[in-house]
Amino acid sequence: MTQSGRIEKLGTLARERVLILDGAMGTQIQDLKLDEDGYRGERFAEWQVAIKGNNDILNLTSPEAVKAIHKAYFEAGSDIVETNTFSATSIAQADYEMQDLAPEIAREGARLARAAADEVEAETGSPRGVAGAIGPTNKTLSISPDVNDPGFRDIDFDSVRNAYYEQAEAMAEHVDFFLIETIFDTLNAKAAIKALLDLKAATGIDRPILISGTITDRSGRTLSGQTAEAFWYSVRHAKPWAVGLNCALGAEEMRPYITEIARVADTRIITYPNAGLPNDMGEYDETPAETAAQVSDWAENGLVNILGGCCGTTPDHIRAIAEAVKSAKPRRPARRERAMRLSGLEPFELSA
Amino acid sequence: MTVSVPTFVNVGERTNVTGSAKFRKLITDGDYAEAVSVARQQVENGAQVIDVNMDEGLLDSVEAMTTFLRMIAGEPDVARVPVMIDSSKWEVIEAGLKNVQGKAIVNSISLKEGEDQFREQAQTCLAYGAAVVVMAFDEVGQADTADRKYEICERAYKILVDEIGFPPEDIIFDPNIFAVATGIEEHNNYAVDFIEATRRIRENLPGCHVSGGLSNISFSFRGNEPVRRAMHSVFLYHAIKAGMDMGIVNAGQLDIYDDIDEELRELVEDVILNRRDDATDRLLEAAEQYRGQGGGTTKERDLRWREAPVAERIRHALVHGINEFIVEDTEEARQEFERPLHVIEGPLMDGMNVVGDLFGDGKMFLPQVVKSARVMKQAVAHLIPYMEAEKEAAGEAQSSAGKVVMATVKGDVHDIGKNIVGVVLQCNGYDVIDLGVMVPCEKILETARKEKADIIGLSGLITPSLDEMVFVASEMERQKVDIPLLIGGATTSPAHTAVKIDPSISVAPVVHVLDASRAVGVVSKLLSDKRDDYAREVREDLARIRERRLAARSAKSRVSIEKARERAWDCDWSAHTPPKPVLQGVKAFEPDLETLTKYIDWTPFFFTWEMKGSYPAIFEDPNRGEAARALFDDAQAMLRRIVEERLLKPRAVCGIWPANRVGDDAVLYTGDSRKEVLATFYGLRQQAAKSNDKPHFCQFDFLAPEGIDDWLGGFAVTAGDNVELLAEFEKTKDDYSSIMFKALSDRLAEACAEWLHEQVRREDWGYAPDEALSNRELIGEAYAGIRPAPGYPSQPDHTEKRTLFKLLDAKANAGVSLTNSFAMTPASSVSGLYLSHPDSCYFAVGRILRDQVEDYADRKGWTVEEAERTLAPILDYQPGVKEDAA
Repeated sequence: MTQSGRIEKLGTLARERVLILDGAMGTQIQDLKLDEDGYRGERFAEWQVAIKGNNDILNLTSPEAVKAIHKAYFEAGSDIVETNTFSATSIAQADYEMQDLAPEIAREGARLARAAADEVEAETGSPRGVAGAIGPTNKTLSISPDVNDPGFRDIDFDSVRNAYYEQAEAMAEHVDFFLIETIFDTLNAKAAIKALLDLKAATGIDRPILISGTITDRSGRTLSGQTAEAFWYSVRHAKPWAVGLNCALGAEEMRPYITEIARVADTRIITYPNAGLPNDMGEYDETPAETAAQVSDWAENGLVNILGGCCGTTPDHIRAIAEAVKSAKPRRPARRERAMRLSGLEPFELSA
Repeated sequence: MTVSVPTFVNVGERTNVTGSAKFRKLITDGDYAEAVSVARQQVENGAQVIDVNMDEGLLDSVEAMTTFLRMIAGEPDVARVPVMIDSSKWEVIEAGLKNVQGKAIVNSISLKEGEDQFREQAQTCLAYGAAVVVMAFDEVGQADTADRKYEICERAYKILVDEIGFPPEDIIFDPNIFAVATGIEEHNNYAVDFIEATRRIRENLPGCHVSGGLSNISFSFRGNEPVRRAMHSVFLYHAIKAGMDMGIVNAGQLDIYDDIDEELRELVEDVILNRRDDATDRLLEAAEQYRGQGGGTTKERDLRWREAPVAERIRHALVHGINEFIVEDTEEARQEFERPLHVIEGPLMDGMNVVGDLFGDGKMFLPQVVKSARVMKQAVAHLIPYMEAEKEAAGEAQSSAGKVVMATVKGDVHDIGKNIVGVVLQCNGYDVIDLGVMVPCEKILETARKEKADIIGLSGLITPSLDEMVFVASEMERQKVDIPLLIGGATTSPAHTAVKIDPSISVAPVVHVLDASRAVGVVSKLLSDKRDDYAREVREDLARIRERRLAARSAKSRVSIEKARERAWDCDWSAHTPPKPVLQGVKAFEPDLETLTKYIDWTPFFFTWEMKGSYPAIFEDPNRGEAARALFDDAQAMLRRIVEERLLKPRAVCGIWPANRVGDDAVLYTGDSRKEVLATFYGLRQQAAKSNDKPHFCQFDFLAPEGIDDWLGGFAVTAGDNVELLAEFEKTKDDYSSIMFKALSDRLAEACAEWLHEQVRREDWGYAPDEALSNRELIGEAYAGIRPAPGYPSQPDHTEKRTLFKLLDAKANAGVSLTNSFAMTPASSVSGLYLSHPDSCYFAVGRILRDQVEDYADRKGWTVEEAERTLAPILDYQPGVKEDAA
């Protein structure tokens, strides 16, 4: 199946039912219970700093384990999986002094997901998509790391844009979508959008974009202070294939903000909440049935087009979600009157 | 008669180094903290967007732009509004774009350096996600005449929209405001050129906006603030009418149009509108005598108004937004008046009424109104402790019988009934927390939890509100908010409560409250010891209603849509030629309040106050007659006030279009050739089985089929609203006046619909030029033709309003818009269609079957589920349950 053919088929499917994304990668990797040596493998046995916790390096050191996780999600019913590349940028990898390896990690991550998808596609005949995950990095463009100097930044827009450009270019061959996700600072996301649009202009590589922001708590704002609606106006120029929210909140807490975006977004809605809020031990203990019950209620109310899970969710969660929403009708994009819609932290509208 | 008060966005200009010496100094000194507080003041003073400009020769503008935008990113009070990144240097603009997380406006790009660069910069704006200001500037130079301004904007529009796909709504044209009265004759027409270009841009380049930097216009009067301010206000007054909807404006450099010295205004208007050859000379000659008067920046301010009596001073302070003396003036008034409340009801409210009128007339602008409101708040805040002390002394404080949280649900703006219930409950010792209108579910539940409320009350008038109530109930269930839920409002019913709401909540009882008189009984039972017994009783009642309804549903037989269509109402069109209207297209009105009062139908007014009986017979009623008379007298008094003080500003728009019936729908055409379809209105047909040969009506049966020329009309009217006045009523806790005012507003809106329909029959459609009916005959519908409204029984689908409002451009032409749930705002508004056929009549579609719903969904391009959601109140089957084989 060609990339464009697959996108078209997924587009058709998305008109018939809710598409299913995968669940958490990190949770599955934790279950592998790898130690420092497990992360290092042979190739990085002598690496100068500890790299345990650098999940993305496993694309190079435990490729079969990563691919198996992708396959498990496809078999649980995922139509699309995310590549294991959340931190595969030179910025995020600098924590492990692996900035120069970032493109290789990104490329391998995309290839592994593609290989898993191709196998399942061949077995089942139904389209299986790969979304190249582009995480927020560990720096913020809108927030000063120094409380005494609000104008200070430890990174600038062009550096973030360049890191994303490098990551996207490395993944491009194997992915069907780019997924800009877990956005807690919209300016970082705008740098990613700029990178993808620049990549398209320079090379002709044109993959549909998925965008997913993160509302950090019940204040209903991103970490950088935007409301869900203002966030949408800030990223709408990417003309995303889907927009929505993930992480930080469980389905129950996320619902009002998904409703807010669904009301205003004239594209598909993608959401993948955590398995509830973490308990006292920092673990997610919402059961597959509980998560499925929450999100199927969204589907029944016509709020979503693509559903999956974030932190704490497993293939069992995805199986339960897929089963619960299999006959639900997908949402139709909001239709709105023409108006100039701008944003600061809050939305602004001037009708045409 | 077609004057409108359009939206105008005020862009704050104090954070501009080229416009503000103070800001320039702060930036060149590197005092960014203080520079941020300049931005904060701008936003506090009502700037909806802030313009940031760092174009100063001695500055590293890229650095300054970057630093300043990063500083304000951390200030929620400032960062909440969008930024306008203003520079003549592209690298400064791009630096700005790299430092705003919101969607900003770029100011500006132009064709100055040719099309290639223009395209490239526009594309860059697209990649960063920004709207753009496009200057009327091309390779030849800056446009000065109206023709050149328009031509350049049109050319830019075509490149942006047609070639590179720039969204037209994100384009803001700046057709160059140049100085007038410079002494150079060629400059005399510059203001007129701008205004004329604006009009043509807004008319011919759909979707875009027009903006400009206001202060240029008065450049030749530098140093003479009073004249400059007058010029700004007069220019803005005319430019906004022409379609300018955004501007870089210093609110402090504006006068209120009506407050400008009449002679000065005349002179300035001559200059702005280029009305006479010697206009500049005359203004120059007179200018000296105004210099130094009340200038915002001159030291000697005109404080003569301080010599007036205190009430007059308060009014002045409110209208001019001066808060410097308001506390001392309020204190003086408090000592003078008998009660602190009288200060609010008297001078404070009078002042705010003036502000409201001036704003409504487009003679005051938003930032000024924000200032006035602030003065009001400070005055009231001063009075509150005295009012509380008064209350305590009178021993009014008493323990609460219970706490009720009330709200009109999201998407709905109607609150008269809810307010009445609130007052009744308060009179009976309950604490009422009224969250107002358009309240999202989360806020209701959060407040209930936080305030430890005993009961939640929901109100709504339009049918989509029913769904929202179901949603609130289901959220209460989900979040285990186990306090009783009261349901009330015009479209709510025991049946809907029983079938839809009650089954979605088990944690608490749901009670439908028919009217305010029953509210106290219900609430007291729900909070008594016998609460559980009562709840059980209510549950059982609702269960019985459900059963009865199921039985009733199968009892009344219905026919398939096919059969119903065969028995459509049939007109002998050979015997009736539809009248050709005089009006083609859309026409706006500003009806006279006094005239409208003669068209009021008073019977529903008494219904609002829950006094049932028809007018005027109700006055003779032995029980209610006296109370009805007293109420009527109060109503008349307020109505007089509304008329005399112009407390409302009714507006209306109607349109008539060539149209034909196609199936059950009305297809509208763009012109008499009937070739191009303009829009479609969809119709629903009765399906209840009928004895003998009675027709199964659809409202478009009254419209001629293709081949015969016919027309369909539409209208939207509003009584307007008076937010300031209502806020005052609220502050002074004068619920009676508030409800009275809203009830009268509703009546005036209906009266306006009646008046407009008559006007249309007599003149604009013109099929009854000689009609002369009394108000009683009008109320009795003794005329030819009908005006059915979407959302009402003849066509219960509220979403049809969207088509109607679009055709009428109801927002621009009558100031009426739709909420997400298709409620009209202002709340006192009426809309509908006009059908001219003399035999046309109102009917109720009644319950319909799945076959029609599927067909309807297909025609409207909906899924069946969407149609079922919208038509839920009239479905004769349970969606999702396959049993109806019609």
